[in-house]
Amino acid sequence: MKFAVIVFPGSNCDVDMYHAIKDELGEEVEYVRHTEKDLSRFDGILLPGGFSYGDYLRCGAISRFANVMEEVQKAAKAGKPVLGVCNGFQILLESGLLPGAMQRNENLKFICEPLTLVVENNKTMFTNAYKEKQEITIPVAHGEGNYYCSEELLEELEENNQIAFRYKDNPNGSVSDIAGITNKEGNVLGMMPHPERAVSELLGSADGLQLFQSIVRQWRENHVITS
Amino acid sequence: MYKVKVFVTLRESVLDPQGTAVEQSLHHLGYKEASEVRIGKFIELTVEETENVETRVKEMCEKLLANTVIEDYRFEIEEVAKV
Repeated sequence: MKFAVIVFPGSNCDVDMYHAIKDELGEEVEYVRHTEKDLSRFDGILLPGGFSYGDYLRCGAISRFANVMEEVQKAAKAGKPVLGVCNGFQILLESGLLPGAMQRNENLKFICEPLTLVVENNKTMFTNAYKEKQEITIPVAHGEGNYYCSEELLEELEENNQIAFRYKDNPNGSVSDIAGITNKEGNVLGMMPHPERAVSELLGSADGLQLFQSIVRQWRENHVITS
Repeated sequence: MYKVKVFVTLRESVLDPQGTAVEQSLHHLGYKEASEVRIGKFIELTVEETENVETRVKEMCEKLLANTVIEDYRFEIEEVAKV
């Protein structure tokens, strides 16, 4: 399986993401610039964290118009896995690939610490290696991770099982403790916590690795007949 | 040529953590009469002579300047002579 790590000006978790895939997951991965106009050679797209375009105007607001985003839209429509972490999640929200919006943390502080997440939906292509309601430890590092959506949208997210992860103890004021959501189709996941920073016990937790393993497992199942 | 002023504000239904903090600060400074502080953005731009300037500015707001999921916007357009 071949992954693309999209690099925007100001991305700073791209290297972590790259090495999580290459060294710990053991799959193929390439850095792809924000100017790239063809992502068809990739099976999965990863939008890393950071401060793309300096978070100017709003986090992710300018990145969503980068050339590569048209290709990300295409990949998402084609059903390929698209994962946005932290700033990547914010970009997915701004681009409309995921519903809702992000606000400053309720306490206005930048939060940087390992947190306990609860796997709310383990039937997605990103979470199938976890057990339902499994508690996992994944670090967060954000100042704007306060997820907002209207009550109607929250109902919709719950009905469609789009809430993938919740915080056990809400750190930032997110609606309904939401830490990560998928699109309706389930192939686009956005999450504030950083699974790529939790792929080895040496890093304090290896709980994030299963997320990437889930993607590969699903991909293999889908491709076993055709390949 | 036009001078355009865009005001972006948080929707009323959305809580504003920054506004709340600033309001508390104002109270600490003794301005107890201040309440309902909301932080927004003010964007100024110059737009060249164009047809449908209102429509164009509205598009700019919808596409980039405001995130209509959580923000409202309004704008003022003033025609000015080219310098």
